Formats: sequence, C-alpha cells, structure tokens
Amino acid sequence: MIEVGLNHFLVISTLLFSMGIYAIVTRKNAIMVLMGVELILNSANINFIAFTRFGNFGLQGHLIALFVIVLAAAEAAIALAIVLNIYKTLSTVNIDEVDSLKD
Amino acid sequence: MNVYDLIFYLFAAITLVSAFFVVTNRNIVYSAFFLLFTFFGVAGIYVLLGADFVAMVQLIVYVGGILILLLFGVMLTNKITNVEIKTGTINLYPSVIGVGLLTGSLLAALITSNWKTFPTEAPLPTTAALGKMLLQEYALVFELLGIILLIALIGAASIARRQS
Repeated sequence: MIEVGLNHFLVISTLLFSMGIYAIVTRKNAIMVLMGVELILNSANINFIAFTRFGNFGLQGHLIALFVIVLAAAEAAIALAIVLNIYKTLSTVNIDEVDSLKD
Repeated sequence: MNVYDLIFYLFAAITLVSAFFVVTNRNIVYSAFFLLFTFFGVAGIYVLLGADFVAMVQLIVYVGGILILLLFGVMLTNKITNVEIKTGTINLYPSVIGVGLLTGSLLAALITSNWKTFPTEAPLPTTAALGKMLLQEYALVFELLGIILLIALIGAASIARRQS
C-alpha cells in the first residue's frame, strides 16, 4: 500500500466532482441540483487545499477556499429564494416542468 | 500503513459513500442528511491537510448554515402532509455514461500527470497567518466579499418576499 499523497486527495475530489455533476444532470428537484453544486464546490476546495499542502505556495490556497465557502453561502441563499419564488408561482420545483417564461 | 493513512481512508470512505447516497437517494430529506456526513468528511480531509481554520469554517458555514438553508428549502417546497417527499430522475442512462467517461478521463489525466510536490513538514496553525493576509494583502477582497454577502442577503430577502 503506497503512502497517502497528493494523488489520493485529487482522486477524492474528482469522485466528488463527478457525483456533483451526476446530481445536477439527473435529479429533477431544484434543491437536489443545488446539493450537486455544493458537492462540486467542496471538491474544488479539496483541490485548493491539497495543492497548498503539497506544493510550495504559502497560504493563498486556504484563502481562496475561504472565499469559495463565502460565495457558496451567498449562492445558496439567492438560489433558495429563487426556488421559493418558483414554488409560489408554479407549485412545483421540478426543473423539467418549469419551462414557461411568463404565466 | 500508519495512523494518518487509516484516518485518511476513514474520512475518504465517509465522504464518498455519503456523497453517493446523496446523489442516488430518492428521498430528498435523506439526501440532505447524507450531505451532512459528506461535509463532515470533507472537514476531516481539510484537517488531514493541515487546514485547521478552513475546516472549522467548513463546519460552521456549511453544516450550520448552508445545510440548514437547504433543509428549509426542502421543507418549504414540498407538500409534506399529503405527498411523500420523493424526487425523480431524468436522463439516467446517458448521464451515467457521460459522467463515467468524464470521471475516467479526469482520473487518467491526474494519475498519469507528474505533479511536482514538495516534501511536507508538520502542519502549523494557520489562523494567525490567514488573519494577517486577510487584513493586509487581501483587504480589498475581504471588503468586497462582505459587500457581496450583504447584497446577496438583501437580494434573497427581497426576491423571496416579492408580492404577486
């Protein structure tokens, strides 16, 4: 068994990324799509921090990870407000049924 | 195999298994709760990478904030009393093939590429250094992020409360 190194963390983040893509592509519920986006942001953060640990970059990767977390919080708040509005208007959050621009 | 490797595989298993349940479970409330374990696993991986402050921020913001927000979204957009909270899937087989190809090519690319790594030393506490960087070189980004959060909160409140 080889020692845990950079490749192990990159493999984990790749798998998280592809599961996030899978959730975005296949799930009907808009909130499940949001969860897929969160998985993808987490995988990007793992990459940033892994390269900070195994490269010689100082702490800038940690800062960028913090910025990503802040933007994810803002994005989740806005997206949930939009989803609530869609639900109030169309009584569904399934994104394959939400296909009208104006009612 | 030392303790570090064992803990790494434990957290990796927690993260990946619960992420798999997140994307495949038909009950969206279960998905939200499995997302909790995924975020915990990712925080553990951050700790293993020596990022103590980012791990705590991950726990506080993701588990305490974003996940609760998602659960509110689930509760407010489903008729819990009469319809069970199930969610369907579309494009199942094409997307499994596409995601499989994407994953395979990404894994092949990153395993065959020769990353230049530096020898790692024992991780140091990062909070003081991060705070200094945030308030000195990255002060402008820090202020902009604050403004973005304020605008996002005001915008979310006004979108969600808009009268028809």
